[in-house]
Amino acid sequence: MTAPFALWTYLAATPLLWLTVTVLAWIAADALAQASGRHPLVNPLMLTVAAVAALLLVTGTPYGTYFAGAQFVHFLLGPATVAIAVPLFRNWPLVVRHALPMLAALLAGGLTAIASALAVAAAMGVPHDVLVALAPKSVTAGIAMGISEGLGGAPALTAVLVIATGLIGAVMVTPLMNALGIRDYAARGFAVGLASHGIGTARAFSVDPVAGTFAGIAMGLNALLSAVLVPLIVRWVL
Amino acid sequence: MRAFAVLLVCQLAGEVLGRALALPVPGPVLGLVLLVVGLGWAARRGWISPAGIEATALGRTAGGLLAVLGILFVPAGVGIIQQFGLLGQYGLALLVALVVSTAVTLIVTVYVFLGVSRWLR
Repeated sequence: MTAPFALWTYLAATPLLWLTVTVLAWIAADALAQASGRHPLVNPLMLTVAAVAALLLVTGTPYGTYFAGAQFVHFLLGPATVAIAVPLFRNWPLVVRHALPMLAALLAGGLTAIASALAVAAAMGVPHDVLVALAPKSVTAGIAMGISEGLGGAPALTAVLVIATGLIGAVMVTPLMNALGIRDYAARGFAVGLASHGIGTARAFSVDPVAGTFAGIAMGLNALLSAVLVPLIVRWVL
Repeated sequence: MRAFAVLLVCQLAGEVLGRALALPVPGPVLGLVLLVVGLGWAARRGWISPAGIEATALGRTAGGLLAVLGILFVPAGVGIIQQFGLLGQYGLALLVALVVSTAVTLIVTVYVFLGVSRWLR
C-alpha cells in the first residue's frame, strides 16, 4: 500500500475531511454566485451539492461516511430556523399589517403546492408510494421527512424532492416575479418561502431582507399547515 | 455564545412542548414562536426594541446563521446519490411535477397575497 493511499483511507473515514470539503465547496460556490451578481441560475447550493456528490461518486465514498462529517452543518438547521424569530420581530409591524393576506395566501398556496404536484405526477404514472414521498415537497426538509415517514413514504426520497423543489423555486422566483411585474417584496418573499421553504428563504434573504422575513414566515406557516393537510389529502384522495 | 444558547434553548423548549402536547408542529418552528413571544415580552418591558435587535448579540448571531442558510441544506441535498435508482425510473415525471407545481404555487400564492392586500385597502 502506497503512502498517499494509506493517508487517503485514513482521511476519507474521518468526519473532518467531509466537513472541510463541504465548507470549502460552499465558499467556492458562493464566490462564483457573488461574481455572477447573484444570478438565479448560479445557485450556490446547487453548485455545492453537484460538486460534493460528484466527488463522493468518483471516490466511491458512501453517503453514510460523508454524513458523519456533514452532520455538524446539518444540525444547525434547527437553530437557524429559530433564528428567523429575529427578522420576524424586527419587522413585526409590517407582519401584523399583512396578517390577512398571509393567511389567505397560505391556505391557497399550501393546498396548491400539494395538489398540483400529486396531480401532475399521478398523470405521468408515478406509483402510490413515490407520490406519498412527493406530497410534502414544499415543506422544510426535517418536517417533510417526518410527514412522509408517518404515511409510509421514503424519508430519504422526500429529502431529495424537497431540496429539488427548493432549488427550482430559488432559481425560478426572480425571473418569474419580474416577468409578472410584481414589485411587492413582502408578497414575493411569502410566495417563495411557501413554495420552496428554507432554500427559497435563503434566496429571498440574498435579494431583500423584507422578502427574506416573509419567506421565513411562509416557511413556518406552511410547515404547520402541511403537517395537517398532507395526511388528509393522502388518505382521502390517493 | 449566550446568543447561540438562546437559540438552542428555544429549540429544545419547542421540541419538549411539541412532544408533550403531541402537536404536529416541528420543534424548531415552535422554538421560533417561543423566541418571538419572548422578544415581544422583553420589548414590552423596554429591554429591547425591534429597531435595535440587529445590534444585539442575538441579532448578530441570528443574522450570521441566516446569511449562510444555504450551506445547511448541503448534507441533505447530497443524499441524492442514494436515490439514483428511483430517480432513473421516475426522475423525468418527478422533475416535471416539481417544476409545474412550484411555478403554479408561486403564482397562486403571490396573487392571493396581493389580491387580499388590495381588497383590504
